[in-house]
Amino acid sequence: MLLQTGFIYFATVIVVCALMVITRKNPVHSVLFMLPLFFHVAGIFIMLNAEFVAAVQVLVYAGAIMVLFLFVVMLLNIQKERVRPRVGLKWTFTAPLGLTLFGFLVAILVRSQYNGTQGSFTIEAVKQIGNSQAIGQVLYTDFLFPFEVASVILLVAMVGAIVLAKKRLD
Amino acid sequence: MVPLNWYIALSAAVFCIGVAGVLSRRNIIIIFLSIELILNSVNILLVAYSHFLNSMRGQVFVFFIMAVAAAEAAIGLAIIIALYRNKETVLTDEINLMKW
Repeated sequence: MLLQTGFIYFATVIVVCALMVITRKNPVHSVLFMLPLFFHVAGIFIMLNAEFVAAVQVLVYAGAIMVLFLFVVMLLNIQKERVRPRVGLKWTFTAPLGLTLFGFLVAILVRSQYNGTQGSFTIEAVKQIGNSQAIGQVLYTDFLFPFEVASVILLVAMVGAIVLAKKRLD
Repeated sequence: MVPLNWYIALSAAVFCIGVAGVLSRRNIIIIFLSIELILNSVNILLVAYSHFLNSMRGQVFVFFIMAVAAAEAAIGLAIIIALYRNKETVLTDEINLMKW
């Protein structure tokens, strides 16, 4: 009962914040509404026994990505949206489209089978060794190559961001 | 115990809000935020399935998605800054240099 109540609270805040993000006029407000959303997604992760992912969610999303967005929004002086209509396509078109997509997704996903092979990381097994150690055991054995590729992606992003955003020195 | 279907519904709702945001807004920063919403909804679904299947693979994939999201945000915002420097706008319908 407590878990259900917690889930409903987290889900309500997430959905309301997401709606605020895409409807606010001021981009700063949109970015700031993203913050409680990320924290409540971390809460959902904790409810699913994924504490390490929740911590990384708060650190990476709320700590790094949101600060980056805020910097850029405040760097650019955007006043135009105040006077002109802020949506390209009309809400009367996109809102029913989103609702239909939602209906389709729920109908398909809820009916789909998810009883695949059960893994070995039951709640008791994870409790014994700890969540971060369980993730590390999988990440550094089965997913070692993707892990290295991810580091290359981050390097490319770092170099690319510097090259794209720096001023031309003629 | 919260059933898996609730998590599926939450994830689908956030995903659809993100899609609607990408389709309807003109400000490119809001479009990027909507893409982050979509990635987060997928993260929720991956962690939920990982929990209900007693597997760690879903959580490991969430890390890769976060790495890609961070890279995408850095590159995307750099592109926005370069675009604003050249065109003085962040509205997508005014960026029509290639539309002849």
